Amino acid sequence: MQNEIRQFVIDNFLFGQSDRQLGNSDSFLESGIIDSTGVLELIAFIESKYEVSIADEELVPANLDSIDRVSAFVERKLQAKSAGVGQ
Amino acid sequence: MCGIAGALGMNAQPVDPRNIERMVRTLGHRGPDDCSVLVDGEVGLGHRRLSIIDVANGQQPMSTADERLWITYNGEIFNYVELREMLVAKGHRFATSCDTEVLLHLYQEFGPDCVHRLNGQWSFAIWDSQRREMFLSRDRMGVRPLFYTKSGGMFLFASEIKALFAYPDVDRRLDAKAVDQFFTFWTALSPRTMFEGVFELPPGHSMTVARGEVRTFEYWRPDYEVAEPGLDENAAAERLLELLVDATRIRLRADVPVGAYLSGGLDSTVITALIKRFTTTPLRTFSVAFEDPQFDESTFQDDVIRYLETEHESIQCTAAEIGRIFPDVIWHTEKPVLRTAPAPMFLLSKLVRDRGFKVVLTGEGSDEILGGYDIFKEAKIRRFWGANPDSKMRPVLLRRLYPYMKNIQSQPEAYLRAFFRTSPEDFANPFFSHLPRWELTAKLKLFYTSELRSRIGAFDPIDELRDELPKAFGTWDGFSQAQYLETAHLLPAYILSSQGDRMSMGHSVEGRFPFLDYRVVEFAASLPPQFKMKVLNEKYLLKRAVGGLIPPSVHKRKKQPYRAPDAVSFFGPGRTTPEYVEDLLSETRLKEDGLFTPAAVNRLVTKARTGQELGVKDNMGVAGILSTQLLVDQFIRNFRYDHHAERDTPVRHRQLPVRAER
Repeated sequence: MQNEIRQFVIDNFLFGQSDRQLGNSDSFLESGIIDSTGVLELIAFIESKYEVSIADEELVPANLDSIDRVSAFVERKLQAKSAGVGQ
Repeated sequence: MCGIAGALGMNAQPVDPRNIERMVRTLGHRGPDDCSVLVDGEVGLGHRRLSIIDVANGQQPMSTADERLWITYNGEIFNYVELREMLVAKGHRFATSCDTEVLLHLYQEFGPDCVHRLNGQWSFAIWDSQRREMFLSRDRMGVRPLFYTKSGGMFLFASEIKALFAYPDVDRRLDAKAVDQFFTFWTALSPRTMFEGVFELPPGHSMTVARGEVRTFEYWRPDYEVAEPGLDENAAAERLLELLVDATRIRLRADVPVGAYLSGGLDSTVITALIKRFTTTPLRTFSVAFEDPQFDESTFQDDVIRYLETEHESIQCTAAEIGRIFPDVIWHTEKPVLRTAPAPMFLLSKLVRDRGFKVVLTGEGSDEILGGYDIFKEAKIRRFWGANPDSKMRPVLLRRLYPYMKNIQSQPEAYLRAFFRTSPEDFANPFFSHLPRWELTAKLKLFYTSELRSRIGAFDPIDELRDELPKAFGTWDGFSQAQYLETAHLLPAYILSSQGDRMSMGHSVEGRFPFLDYRVVEFAASLPPQFKMKVLNEKYLLKRAVGGLIPPSVHKRKKQPYRAPDAVSFFGPGRTTPEYVEDLLSETRLKEDGLFTPAAVNRLVTKARTGQELGVKDNMGVAGILSTQLLVDQFIRNFRYDHHAERDTPVRHRQLPVRAER
């Protein structure tokens, strides 16, 4: 899953130009990878790809600001979903 | 309004009139009414005329009675009536009632300092056949264009770059540093143009060319020092209105009918109202309507039309139409654009021209000089919040920004905070207001090929701009600094050219801008910043000054900048992508041109084709890359100076006799 997310970020925000090393813990905001629309695109991607829905209060950099954080966040969402809670 | 061109042999070598004819042939759109060439030994002057004042007698190049001074001139001197009276009192005699002749005599009387007395928009060259010297000048704000280059021992100048390229053997190469400026500031900054070795005379500058030497000097720049710290708000509003009324009044001087653009925003409404309320000019107004409601301002336009009772007409602009005419747009802008917004203006000028109008007044310049732009508001909020970064309440103001942008408005709170986050140490940065915009735009540099990167080398456009700031810049308040950056750069280089002069003159229509009367500009610059933006109320003083003159709905409405559909003009489900777009963005073509990485462009195009809502950066990427490719195609690879020559008017030639005493 981390690779899928990584690939999405590289294709969609860097247009495949991954030569400038993107670390899995690099902040999207600090590196300027994600602009004001980018976060909405990222949310749309997660929601459709992993069939989870994200609540407004979850839309914070702590959940979404690096490849690591996004994968961890999605993992938690999926676990919660399979446990039948949090939806 | 007209087109000018010319050449001067730097070593007194003679000019071939046929080469000047080639130059003016490219400028037919600027002046369809007359075309003429004058040669005097080492000098050639070319002129295309759009007849507006003294239609019968204003032919150019024009000379003084003794044929010592010759002028080729594009523009309007709005205070020519008063200047003429002053010159007559000094003993000057006039053969015409034209502003051109006034300019000649004014130069005869005052030399290069004459420009200080001009109220208008101009670019001209005056040839002193006795001293064998040329004097060129461009208006304070950069309304009218003037470019120059040196090639094969000749100094060449023209209203548009295409005329320079029409002169035989002029090099046509893209300037990599200009490309880098474009993908930072949204435009190359004068004197640089998109082409190596081709320069623009910056606004507020004049130049002399004599005995092989070219000298450029600044004669004016805006100054933001507060003139009267205790000035009362009411008095200031009254003075502003007085100045605007007069600026509008003298801009209605023409021997042909005058129209006005009406966007439905505050500025064009004010101009329309001033014409209606303070002059007797019969008024026709014109506007653009969009099929897409997020760009359309028809409701407000209708309010103004009803309120001011103007005779009105509009064009309905579609995304497909923008896609279709975009190559023509770039042929006229002669530089790439990050927005398609110039395109509808090109369609609008066609409508105006088709209705028989040659002159329009517009509200251009008001946002820059009176504080209307959201970038000013954004900087103000960031400063306010940055002064107390832990405040919970201050960032709530961020929602007041960009009310018309869905993407920003639907932004999660935490992200809005993160995007606009500011700390007190940023305050000292001279580019505090503009850095977020420039940094976002610079992200598009990821499309550069390594080849382009290496051509740009260590050049840093922001460092260069920092080195060139006026000395007084550091003494101005932050709001004024932001105003200066907009007024000195984006206004002339984009708003007045790509979206202004080039789009209207593309259909032989001249724009006139009361807000850019230098008296209004100087007065506005001397006001304290809180008169321009009171708390977060933009263009406060203007609203106060025009209170009862305009419809309440326009007075109260939130500012919406003029925008047009960008990427969807070229790509999307159900949209047939124009063939030239497929061609210029194809892998083969991108590889040959060597500017943008084909794989990356392909991904951007694929994303655009899905029809998903694209963000600002992606939209700018599509327009910026496509227009750069169009520029290379039309001006470097496949340049043709004789595009329209076959249906052009005949050229009048005149050659002065060789002077024995030289």
